[in-house]
Amino acid sequence: MEGRSVVLLLTLALAVTVLSGCGRDRLVRSDDSGQPPVIEPDVERREITVPKIRKSDFEVGIFAGDLSVEDFGVNTVTGLTLAYHLTDKFFLQLDAGQTKVGLTSFERLSGAAQLLTDAERDYSYYNVQVGYDILPGEGFFGKKRAWNTATYLIGGVGKTKFAGDDRFTLNLGAGIRVMPLNWLAIHADVGDQIFDIDLLGKAKTAHNLGAHVGVTFFF
Amino acid sequence: MRRWWLVLSLCQLFVAATAAGAERHYREVAIADPYIDLHTGPGVGYPIFFVAERGEQIELLFRRTDWFKVRVPRGKEGWVHRDQLKTTLDPNGEEFNLPEPGLEDYAARRWEFGALYGDFGGANVIATYAAHSFSPNLSGEVWFSQSIGQFSDSTLWSMNIVHLMYPDKRISPYFTLGAGAITTHPKATLVATVDRTDSLALAGAGMRMYLSRRFVFRAEYKAHVVFTSRNDNEDIREWKAGVSFFF
Repeated sequence: MEGRSVVLLLTLALAVTVLSGCGRDRLVRSDDSGQPPVIEPDVERREITVPKIRKSDFEVGIFAGDLSVEDFGVNTVTGLTLAYHLTDKFFLQLDAGQTKVGLTSFERLSGAAQLLTDAERDYSYYNVQVGYDILPGEGFFGKKRAWNTATYLIGGVGKTKFAGDDRFTLNLGAGIRVMPLNWLAIHADVGDQIFDIDLLGKAKTAHNLGAHVGVTFFF
Repeated sequence: MRRWWLVLSLCQLFVAATAAGAERHYREVAIADPYIDLHTGPGVGYPIFFVAERGEQIELLFRRTDWFKVRVPRGKEGWVHRDQLKTTLDPNGEEFNLPEPGLEDYAARRWEFGALYGDFGGANVIATYAAHSFSPNLSGEVWFSQSIGQFSDSTLWSMNIVHLMYPDKRISPYFTLGAGAITTHPKATLVATVDRTDSLALAGAGMRMYLSRRFVFRAEYKAHVVFTSRNDNEDIREWKAGVSFFF
């Protein structure tokens, strides 16, 4: 009973307000007079930003090592690598390196004879390779540290510029990656760069074995 | 020497960037499965060393391939596969869902880059390209390739129009027309040779197959006509195969 009378009263009040049309005027006037509204709206909108999950599939780094260029001795090689990890096992790798080759034993023994000019002794290469992590594991450094490791096989094709010519090169190799930190890896790898060469009179397939140590950063 | 400084400063920049990243907030999800496995590394071969239980909030630190480095409330950090995170819940109580690029994204791609390897008139060829899609069927491609043969090496660039027959299918044939230029360098062991550059036109056909995520396999055949300064034009046939990725 009481509820119904309240509803009736409110309906009447509403009707009076609407019909007289003064409700709106009064609101506007109260704003104009500069008085603060009775109820201060205290709504703070929450900005919901979902943090993005950082991806870390790329690996960039530098390496140095020894490269045995067939007939031209063992030389120090330096270079850069860039890798993209496709899956937990497969990765694509671009690498480029350069060295300067020494003398052949013929040149050294004959004394004066030079097979190549100084510029032709520059040996530079790039490779596009596919790698496969064959043995994932852990290495233990001291009592408290366990570092992730992976042994990988890698192979691909590339171009070697040596003795004034570009040579199509086949690469085969294997390496080990040790990861002291999430974003840091240390590599040690060995590889064979295979190309055909006819520099010393007869065409032959040259195997250029190398061993490198590198450091890479994941990003 | 200057090069090494550049490398060193790049390394420093990288370390600084990584250090700054340590302050950030991470995405949190709640485990809905009875438990999830934490591996020591990002791969199935790494052993499981910890399990986190249902209801626990885990932070997703970063991701490598399909693996997420996570932190559980007790401070342990490990790697969880994406498949196990699919059943976790985000703070709104909804299923955690990371959209992965799929076949629809492949059909709607704008940019594509790739590398192919094959045979160019008897020489080994390594080719790279960039492509832009004008419509689902039609795209433009810029190619750069290097071929290394027994007697000469060549560098080729070309601009191509490609028509893809079934753009929304996983496997589709395509046809291409293009024009460009080829520079031929005879081998240094041959005497009295000079480099020469000629323009060329090409027509070709190939097949593309969407693999997964952002990757596409493609194989193609192209017939080139090189407009030489000699009496006869030169025909060069090329086939190659490789992998591309798209955005």
